Amino acid sequence: MIKKILIANRGEIACRVIKSARKMGIATVAIYSDADKDALHVQMADEAVHIGPPPANQSYIVIDKVMDAIKQTGADAVHPGYGFLSENPKFAEALEKAGVAFIGPPKGAIEAMGDKITSKKLAQEAGVSTVPGYMGLIEDADEAVKISNEIGYPVMIKASAGGGGKGMRIAWNDDEAREGFQSSKNEAASSFGDDRIFIEKFVTQPRHIEIQVLGDKHGNVIYLNERECSIQRRNQKVIEEAPSPFLTAETRKAMGEQSVALAQAVEYCSAGTVEFIVDGEQNFYFLEMNTRLQVEHPVTELITGIDLVEQMIRVAAGEKLSFKQSDIGINGWAIESRLYAEDPFRNFLPSIGRLTRYRPPAEVAEATRAVRNDTGVYEGGEISMYYDPMIAKLCSWAPDRAGAIAEMRAALDAFELEGIGHNLPFLSAVMDHPRFISGDISTAFIAEEYPDGFLGAELPADVLKKLAAGASAMHRVSEIRAARLSGRLDNHEREVGKDWVISLGGHDFRVHIDADREGSTVTFADGISLRVKSPWHPGDPLVRLDISGEEVIAKVKQTASGFRMRHRGADLNVIIRTPRHFELSKHMLEKVPPDTSKLLLCPMPGLVVSMAVAEGDEVQEGQALCTVEAMKMENVLRAERKGTVTKINAQAGDSLAVDEVIMEFE
Amino acid sequence: MPDILEELEARRDHAREGGGQKRIDAQHAKGKLTARERIEVLLDEGSFEEFGMFVAHRSTDFGMEKQKYPGDGVITGWGTINGRMVYVFSQDFTVLGGSLSETHAEKICKVMDMAIKNGAPIIGLNDSGGARIQEGVAALGGYAEVFQRNILASGVIPQISVIMGPCAGGAVYSPAITDFIFMVKDSSYMFVTGPDVVKTVTNEIVTAEELGGASTHTSKSSVADGAFENDMEALMEVRRLVDFLPLNNRKKPPVRPHFDDPDRIEDSLDTLVPENPNMPYDMAELIHKLADEGDFYEIQKDYAKNILTGFIRLEGRPIGVVANQPMVLAGCLDIAASRKAARFVRFCDAFEIPVLTLVDVPGFLPGTAQEYNGIIKHGAKLLFAYGEATVPKVTVITRKAYGGAYDVMASKHLRGDFNYAWPTAEIAVMGAKGAVEIIHRADLGDADKIAAHTKDYEDRFANPFVAAERGFIDEVIMPRNTRKRIARAFASLRSKELANPWKKHDNIPL
Repeated sequence: MIKKILIANRGEIACRVIKSARKMGIATVAIYSDADKDALHVQMADEAVHIGPPPANQSYIVIDKVMDAIKQTGADAVHPGYGFLSENPKFAEALEKAGVAFIGPPKGAIEAMGDKITSKKLAQEAGVSTVPGYMGLIEDADEAVKISNEIGYPVMIKASAGGGGKGMRIAWNDDEAREGFQSSKNEAASSFGDDRIFIEKFVTQPRHIEIQVLGDKHGNVIYLNERECSIQRRNQKVIEEAPSPFLTAETRKAMGEQSVALAQAVEYCSAGTVEFIVDGEQNFYFLEMNTRLQVEHPVTELITGIDLVEQMIRVAAGEKLSFKQSDIGINGWAIESRLYAEDPFRNFLPSIGRLTRYRPPAEVAEATRAVRNDTGVYEGGEISMYYDPMIAKLCSWAPDRAGAIAEMRAALDAFELEGIGHNLPFLSAVMDHPRFISGDISTAFIAEEYPDGFLGAELPADVLKKLAAGASAMHRVSEIRAARLSGRLDNHEREVGKDWVISLGGHDFRVHIDADREGSTVTFADGISLRVKSPWHPGDPLVRLDISGEEVIAKVKQTASGFRMRHRGADLNVIIRTPRHFELSKHMLEKVPPDTSKLLLCPMPGLVVSMAVAEGDEVQEGQALCTVEAMKMENVLRAERKGTVTKINAQAGDSLAVDEVIMEFE
Repeated sequence: MPDILEELEARRDHAREGGGQKRIDAQHAKGKLTARERIEVLLDEGSFEEFGMFVAHRSTDFGMEKQKYPGDGVITGWGTINGRMVYVFSQDFTVLGGSLSETHAEKICKVMDMAIKNGAPIIGLNDSGGARIQEGVAALGGYAEVFQRNILASGVIPQISVIMGPCAGGAVYSPAITDFIFMVKDSSYMFVTGPDVVKTVTNEIVTAEELGGASTHTSKSSVADGAFENDMEALMEVRRLVDFLPLNNRKKPPVRPHFDDPDRIEDSLDTLVPENPNMPYDMAELIHKLADEGDFYEIQKDYAKNILTGFIRLEGRPIGVVANQPMVLAGCLDIAASRKAARFVRFCDAFEIPVLTLVDVPGFLPGTAQEYNGIIKHGAKLLFAYGEATVPKVTVITRKAYGGAYDVMASKHLRGDFNYAWPTAEIAVMGAKGAVEIIHRADLGDADKIAAHTKDYEDRFANPFVAAERGFIDEVIMPRNTRKRIARAFASLRSKELANPWKKHDNIPL
């Protein structure tokens, strides 16, 4: 058996591997760059080896350095995690030469699946469904129609040299195919000087669904069902679930069996993933095979009860799989939300810095519910500019999908995260989105449902009402405490009132509150009463409210006139006033935020590298204005509309804060 | 008999109308509350007791005998904030533009005298066009009577001014003497001479907002201690501030029931100070993590951002905090920061509010601008303020404490009661690089030697232990335990007694 594993990775996946290794009584070695000296995976491992400067190409992916670390620590196996060296056949080869076990598939399988064309060919040969298409040149419109009919409508007619949507047409029938062929050809000729055209199947309502496979070195390969990963933003997965709310048992079986066939064709062992695109009619087509552990593997673990990392280690040690395909079922439903250090209110720009507060919800594993959080960070840790901006993978599990969604909502509400911009509100909003709840999703979900970006969730009136009830009960507690200040005028103490107006999210709720030992009864103007119970004390940053039997979790921060409350992706300024103060508040003027449309604001903290324009210049929409370096990345800031530069407030070398005015326009 | 009672009601109703509905509507249209409404928001519900509702002016010049309003443009009295007594005056802009007459001033003086005598804070809500010109010198005399009382009250009772409309000319000097000035954004301004006079005399063209608006006074002049969006917010924030302050200089600061565990461990503080000594970090995070409930009432947050000042509570008890902010100008002391912090420390000392000092200071800001403008005397103000302060003083050095700035920032030598340092502290005359360049000038050309010398200097001084050996540091503490350690330190100092030698008053380098 393996005695010591070196994890050639960092972050949450390194921590994840260490956990399974420890459970199996295997020693662990972490490697780390300068930027990760104090990282969680270094703290968790039994040993740690420094391997160089922060950039991955000078540390984590330098094979020689990793090999040195192996030699130095005497590790007899390596788990590569995902990314970095995980799908690098040269690394697998180097390990083979050194006689160190690679906890992953054989080198040949990595190579075969690493090439898009080879892998598609191999898949076809293994009987895996691939996107039908005709790769040869098409002479005329008649041929185009003939081929389109062979493929089956809808089809996509594409220019070989195409790009950016140019020379691309979708055809649903013969007429459209004929017309599309001609216009594509013309457009291609004029745009690219190359009028070669090909046709392939157009996949409608595409979903990204993948099959987890697991094989041993004795020729056994099984599939552990699917994961649906359709919620993506710019090809980056954001939310995954298992099983898919869409697949029928037959499709699942077909996809699973084809995946196993492909794995066997390349003598695969260890864990791997076969990715498919699935259309609205359950037709599925092979995309690629990932020869490693996937980021989203926990959802599979949660519905199968199999520890994939443990299995990978056992397989690498030469053990046979201890279960058969018939042992694999689907138990309940699991969802994973990827928490990224990306600010959804700033078009998901990466955010770096210190996690001033990081308190994930408690992990639970019960018969009817589970919460799991895979992470590589801790409160007071740093999200650095060098690596993937993922903070954590929050997973929920319940017997059914609705239950798993409910668990996820509560877990997201209870997740305290401060110091950097992050996508927690966005994840919460998706969990409440009717289309997500219905399961009718596709890879275009985010683009279609949030075409103008994410502007914060809007909560329905009944949820606001519950929050208002909770806030009034909290306010009462807080005001009674305030009125107990020492130095009071005896017998002339402040009497805290029972009538309040709670303003939040555009609503003003008039309430009357009666409190007793167990809690408060909050009565609204429409006569409805809500019973509020909570162990909350002033200053607690998280409140768990029992509102007439329903649990409402929110992050709270006291303000001079109420609370800031964050719940379900909404960030609410809750103002609580006496009825008289509420009347007076109507005289306050609504302040219009300053017009920034004629300003170029710095979108992130960074250093001005160069200015592309001068005062008085006329600029066109899209024209480069200046370059700001942030996180070692040069970001070119462009004009949003035509205008004249009237004033420039920064010059090359200046370091700017977020929203600092770089230049002004007329 | 009933007629007489009715007459009282009628007179009261008349007085409450101030300058009449039309002017009240005009006040509301500007987003401003009336003088009485402001008092309602400021004080506990139903707690206001008015004085001098029927006071009227005695002027007969320029037809003033026909323009009489009961109360004469200012509402005065007392009430409670969370059950504690405060005195208040609120100028009524609807009555002759809130202008100050002799009798208007007398009303203010009356509540000020009572506030001093009875030992309760005075809060002034300013909304006045200035002196009542028709009264001439009588109004001017009125101002000076108010100033004199502000001066005598200084250090005896907390004085708070809220500028909620115009405040120009001589009128500015009453708020100027008070402890705190708050302004309402977009609807208040303060200046000695207005834009018209400025234009005539200096040819400068400037708006009232630019010349004396809230943003000018909070970020440029430091005249104001804070600015808020509107009347209601400003008044609620004043309530919040009053809860931190003692009623007078003979009373202890108020204690509030608290729920935050004073022994709370904050592991994340162990990684607050970055490894690289040139990397900034946010000192405000430390303050929030030390404070009860993360509650920090910041004073002058938009001015001299290289130093943070404000109030927190520990075990429910108010503590004044002064902290270098490495995020701005590396946290160095300059003229603005020294003045800001000195005034704050003196306020705390005057009102028995213990002072917590968090130190990460690389020194004083060099440069001609600083020297020409007198950093020597301004820096000395902070030194003076700390040295004369007799309240409990607890200091935590988180990182740099270099040179004279080390001495200034509530060092042991200035009668610091508890001087703690984190293991990351570096207490030295200057940074290693600068020190080596002076000590080993001869080796300047030899990079290897300089590097070796620098390492030697760092090993010797880039730590808190040399200072701890001498007793300049009482204890080196774990960052994560800081809240617990300082809470216990302040607890042990609750009965501290320390007095300075008798003097008429000191001669702080103004």
